[in-house]
Amino acid sequence: MQERGRRSRGGPSLAEPSPVDDSPIASEAAPLLTFAGVGKRFPDGTTALEGVDLRVEAGEFVSVIGPSGCGKSTLLRIVSDLTKASDGTVDIQTNKIGYVFQDPTLLPWRSVQANVELFAELRRLAKTERRRRADAAIKLVGLSDFAGHRPRALSGGMRMRVSLARSLTLQPELFLFDEPFGALDEIARERLNDELLQLYLTQRFTALFVTHSVTEAVYLSTRVLVMSGRPGRVLADFAVPFEYPRSPRLRFDERFARLAGQVSAGLREGG
Amino acid sequence: MSIDTDLTGPDEAVGRGPIGATSRVVRGGRWRWLATWGPPAAVFVASIGVWYGVSYLLLDPRRRFLVPPPHDVIRVSFLDPYNLRELLDALWLSTRVAFIGLAISIVLGLALAVAMNRAKWIERSVYPYAVLTQTIPILAMVPLFGFWFGFGNFSRVLVVVLFCIFPIIANTLFGLQSVNQEHHDLFTLHGANRLTRLWKLEFPTALPSIFTGLRIAAGLAVIGAIVADFFFKQGDPGIGILIDRYESRLQSEQMVGAIILSSLLGIVVFWFFGFLAHRVVGAWHESAGGLDT
Repeated sequence: MQERGRRSRGGPSLAEPSPVDDSPIASEAAPLLTFAGVGKRFPDGTTALEGVDLRVEAGEFVSVIGPSGCGKSTLLRIVSDLTKASDGTVDIQTNKIGYVFQDPTLLPWRSVQANVELFAELRRLAKTERRRRADAAIKLVGLSDFAGHRPRALSGGMRMRVSLARSLTLQPELFLFDEPFGALDEIARERLNDELLQLYLTQRFTALFVTHSVTEAVYLSTRVLVMSGRPGRVLADFAVPFEYPRSPRLRFDERFARLAGQVSAGLREGG
Repeated sequence: MSIDTDLTGPDEAVGRGPIGATSRVVRGGRWRWLATWGPPAAVFVASIGVWYGVSYLLLDPRRRFLVPPPHDVIRVSFLDPYNLRELLDALWLSTRVAFIGLAISIVLGLALAVAMNRAKWIERSVYPYAVLTQTIPILAMVPLFGFWFGFGNFSRVLVVVLFCIFPIIANTLFGLQSVNQEHHDLFTLHGANRLTRLWKLEFPTALPSIFTGLRIAAGLAVIGAIVADFFFKQGDPGIGILIDRYESRLQSEQMVGAIILSSLLGIVVFWFFGFLAHRVVGAWHESAGGLDT
């Protein structure tokens, strides 16, 4: 958390007063997101989460890592209010939430431009405004030359960039990522990791990032949470001491390897 | 910030995209054309050959009227102005009936599918009866419609609707229900109401299967119009009544001519909807435009 003060805050930004959401601005004191004893049971009897306590301060990049089926996605669905928790209390100090799935979930009949405009369109923003935001977001992910293409003409990495741009148009304060790069090859994944960090540094969102990859979690985050197998609980909480901006060379740093080793060990204990 | 796209960028995209496909077609142009049109042309020629064979080798001259040779069919049905006029008038009448029935089926079928998709209880109450339109012997129902509603165009249109509404309902419903959960989640997250969801998500997702349904229904509409006509044997003559009439007068050349014309109508309608599908969803959906039935 000590990284927050050192984060670069310059660079291009989409952030402007939004005409849609007048969210209660998170006060410095209250965490952006608080889970207290949150549990989730599904009607079929499976317990996805049990007694999850979680605090995410504004500006943090928190990764959640855990074995398959440990309820990581359920956690994000509860944060975004797609699913209601069965037990415990959930407190979220913003309603500007972005959500990126593992699948880019683009609409195949829409061009890149129209896909990126979708959320602003659903929120009934004026046409000129959503165009302006989409143009800026597409530029931010480096796809300006592909604005007229349909998703099927793009590579997996490019589709994921479109998906990111689409969420950026609404200037989320809290960004939820559900294994967004899980389906990409290693090279595309590392490249998108760096791009995501750039966005994190310039767009000033708070991130809750679900992943299967220890390296990815440590590389991106200010904090890594390790969850147990079903029912999911938070087992360990690792602070990541490296400062931003981070370079790809960090992955081969000895301290990085040591921390990744500790996270892996924590993961094995929980699995 | 700089984000370059060279690693996962345009090269990879072009290789998979339509550009690569086009250049292949250009290179192998002539052979591809032959490969596409050669086989069906060969089958056509062979069929005509078999037809002549049956007319001239299998049947003795007194019984040749059972399978009149192709050139006699063309001469009597299509080159005789009076006969041609009779056929075309009837064809026009049947076409009109088929199209009105099809239009009603499309409106009604889409509306029913949307309603069924909206509420499970509506699906449970309506779907079994939609299936029933496929399982009841419509041929047996046709005379009943005549008794109930008269032998005019109303009854014929009704028969057409019975024939072709089911594929529209079934395919539309299937399409609407094949929207994946994450897309629904996106629309939920951004507060989309039912109408927005239907118009911007469910309907476009369903379009490819809707078109599949339309193509099947279009062919059935033509059959429905002719069948209704054939069984009613009353009112203004459509193609069905003509076929019946030619049959009773042993005018086999004209009978075959009428059958050819009605088949052509079915093919044209089927092709038209395939073309429409290609224009509407071809740019983003792989299956569109392929003659997959």
